[in-house]
This record gives sequence, structure tokens and C-alpha cells, in this order.
Amino acid sequence: MAKVRTINLPHYTAYPVHICMFKDVKNAAFLRKQLLEANPEFDYAFLDPTMILTPQHILSATLLSLHLHLTSRAKTRTPHSELVFRLHPNNNIGESYRKFGISDDSDRIIAVKLSLTPEITNESVGQHLGSVVEGESVDVGEGVENVGMWCDVEKVKKVYKLDSNGGKGREGGTAVNGNAPTNERKEMEAVMSGVITLKGS
Amino acid sequence: MASESADPLPHAPESQYTHTLPLPFTNSDLAVLTQGAEALVYRTTFLTPHTPCVLKYRPPKPYRHPILDKRLTKARLLAEARVLVKCRREGVKVPAVLGGDWEMGWLVLEWIEGRTVRKVLDEWVHRLGLRARDGRDVVDLADEVVQRDEGEMRRLLGLMGRVGRAVGRLHEVGVCHGDLTTSNLMVRPPGDLQEPGPERTEDDLEGEIVLIDFGLATQTIHEEDRAVDLYVLERAFAATHPAAEHLFQEVLRVYGESFKGAKVVLKRLADVRLRGRKRTMIG
Ligand SMILES: Nc1ncnc2c1ncn2[C@@H]1O[C@H](COP(=O)(O)OP(=O)(O)OP(=O)(O)O)[C@@H](O)[C@H]1O
Ligand SMILES: [Mg+2]
Repeated sequence: MAKVRTINLPHYTAYPVHICMFKDVKNAAFLRKQLLEANPEFDYAFLDPTMILTPQHILSATLLSLHLHLTSRAKTRTPHSELVFRLHPNNNIGESYRKFGISDDSDRIIAVKLSLTPEITNESVGQHLGSVVEGESVDVGEGVENVGMWCDVEKVKKVYKLDSNGGKGREGGTAVNGNAPTNERKEMEAVMSGVITLKGS
Repeated sequence: MASESADPLPHAPESQYTHTLPLPFTNSDLAVLTQGAEALVYRTTFLTPHTPCVLKYRPPKPYRHPILDKRLTKARLLAEARVLVKCRREGVKVPAVLGGDWEMGWLVLEWIEGRTVRKVLDEWVHRLGLRARDGRDVVDLADEVVQRDEGEMRRLLGLMGRVGRAVGRLHEVGVCHGDLTTSNLMVRPPGDLQEPGPERTEDDLEGEIVLIDFGLATQTIHEEDRAVDLYVLERAFAATHPAAEHLFQEVLRVYGESFKGAKVVLKRLADVRLRGRKRTMIG
């Protein structure tokens, strides 16, 4: 039984979001194969945790994916594949999977599952992931605050083209000026939610 | 006020009450914060229950051709979102874009704590019991204020300087606001003071300037557009109180030093003023 955190997105409370984190994963290749074969038992977003910065980061892509799915405007097959796609600023699906999805040798994973039907629950997700992921389940935190704990901040900056020197002619408090990590992440996520929202427009 | 709120309906446009918000807000039962000409503004939460935000919804205009209307709404929301993201990238203080759907006409922005500069100025005027008196020179009046409370005046001038610098930074990154009134400048209290309290008074003068309402903003580096921004702001100051016009000099002074090219804008402002005056004399 994996540790699952379930949260409600304001305004989309009818579709709870279940999030799990794993470390020391041994079978990423198997999991990835299930995704490639579109095995319906494995309709999850399996994400590379080094690319996830904050709760706001993952949730803005999650909400938009759900929203586009429910209004029949998603670009990919399921809201879970859409989530991986929505995280990347560019419109290339393959590139999104390479950057934000898992690879055969991933040893850490974030799994996201949306309750689109009532039989998907915190328990059912914990049960299933606990049985198929060979790895150690890690608590995501009550407000999913731990989703960013394995982030590679420099890698994220590169993908979202966040200049670590801040903008030109800056003064104190520029885009990404901080040594204080929480402030820096706050400034980064503020831009990233916007970039995710503007994607494809 | 009380009688107004007891009977709010007679002159209100019907549309205000018949709007159904688009997904995902349809069943959220939100209360309108303001209703502008184009947009309905709501306060709500987004992404997490602890993330307050502003929802701007541009409802379809029944008097416009539906296809044209959709296209216009989309273009305007996109322009607003793009400018905000650009500003955020460059470190200009504006609300973050948290979400949006141009097809459906909504945009969700980070909630900014604090008060508008307009409110801060009004309260300052009120606090000092200033009243424009016949035969009194504006400068005399301002001098009197300085004598009455030097400390407060210093803080106020500090605030004006920060307004000048904020506008300068905006212009420097290549954005003109397009509707730069004192209502579209917020004073965000410093970090730990952020719980909204009705009792704060002089603390209002501290805090950083955050620009809001980019519905008419454009990406431009033309002196003329920049000068018009300043002119609009100057008129807004003048409308508050004669003594506030005096304060505006400090906005301009700091603006003039805030980026390369600012001095040229100030020269251009003189032309814009002249045209503005002529227009009011003719019209
Ligand atoms: N991000 C924000 N944080 C806090 N308050 C806000 C924010 N955005 C707007 N407001 C409040 O709502 C009011 C109206 O918002 P805004 O000026 O953006 O809309 P508008 O003028 O109706 O839109 P538009 O000019 O694009 O038609 C503001 O004067 C301000 O009091
Ligand atoms: Mg406005």
C-alpha cells in the first residue's frame, strides 16, 4: 500500500487529485513500457521529480489538463498524458515526455492520478501503485508540499528559460534573484504558471 | 450607503445578474468584486484552497457579432496574460498568471494584498484634514503639510519615489500600461504585515508598488506611449487633491532617473500636456 495524498483543486472538487512519490524505484522500465503500450491499467502521469518545482507548478498543469480534457480540447489521449504534455513550454509531445516523463533508469518517481470516475479513490490508487511500483513510497505531505523536494532547480530554469541573472536593468527583487530558496521558487513558479497557461497560444 | 445596498437592483444592468460563469467556475457561487466595462472581477481561490486569486471574466457581448466577439475577447486576454508573464520574467512587480482560458473568456491572477495608491492618497488627505481653501496657493498648502508632519511627508515622498521607479521599470522592459491611474497601482504591505487590517494607517506608506490591470497594456518602447502613461497618472493625481499634484513631482523626478531614455519621456510629457490642455479648451 503506497502513501497517497489526495487533494481537491478549487472549482474542480468533483475530480480529486491523487499524488504519490517513490524513491529507490527498481522497475521504471516496466512502468514506462506500460505507458508506451497504453495499458489501461496504467493510466497515470509518471513524472520525473527533478523537473517538478512546487505544488503550484504541478497543480497549474494538472488543472489545465483536467479542464481541457473535460471541455474536449486536450491534445493527447488522456488527462494524464496531457499533464506531462502541459508541463513543457513547447508544443512537442515527444519532447515533453523526454523532459518531464520517466525514463527506463529513473529511480525516483512522482505519480499523479485524477479521479475521473468514482471507483478511483485514495485507497484504490495506493493499492494499485503499491503493488506495481517496486520502490519505497515517500509521503507527499498534506498540502503536497514535498513534490518539489527532489527538484533540480537549474534544469527547470533552463526548460522554462528563466534567466538566473534576472532580467536586464534589474534592481533588488528580480525574477530569479534569490539566495533564499523559497523566495526564488516563488518567483520561478509565478512565471512558470503563466508559461504553462500560455502554452500553445 | 445603507439604503443603496438595501435596494441594489433598479439601475443595474441586467447582465450583471444573469451571467453564468464558464467552467470550472460555473457552480462556484462567486461574488462580484467589481464590474468594469469589459470584465467582471471576482475574488476566489485557485490551485490550492490557500491561494487567493482574482478571476477576470469577459462575458460575451450580445451587441457584438459572436465570432468577432470571441476573437476580440481572446486577443485581449492573451495580450494581458502575455504582458504579465513578460513583466514577471523581467522582475517587474505585477500579479502572476495562475491560469486562463481565452476561448471561454477567463483569466486567473495572483491576489495582491494591500490598498490602491488612490485609497492611500485619499486617506492621507483625509487624515490631515486638508481642504482646498479659496485663495490659498497649492504650494503654500503643501508647505503647511510638510511643517505639520515632516516624518509622514518623508514617507509619502518615499512612496511617490517607488511609484516613479515602478513605472520606470515597466517602461524599461518595453511595456506601457495604457490605463495608469492611481487605482491600478497597489501598495503591498511588507511581508509579515500582509494580513488585511482596517486599522493600519501610516504603515500604508511603506510597502512595495505592484502594478495591476493590464487589460489595455501594450508592448512598446515609443516615447509617446510612455509619456501618455505619465500624463494619465498625472491627471489621476490632480483629481485626488491639489496637494497631490505637488507629490507627483517626486514621481517624475525618480522616474527620470530610473532608466536610460526616461529624460526624453519627460520632455515628451510636456508636449502631451500641451495637447491635453488644448483639447480641453476646444472641447
Ligand atoms: N491582482 C489583484 N489583486 C487584488 N486586487 C485586484 C487585483 N486585480 C484587480 N483587483 C481589484 O479589482 C479591481 C478591478 O480590477 P481590474 O482593474 O483588473 O479590472 P477592470 O478595470 O474591470 O478590467 P479592464 O480594465 O481590463 O476592463 C481593481 O481596481 C482592484 O481593486
Ligand atoms: Mg481597472
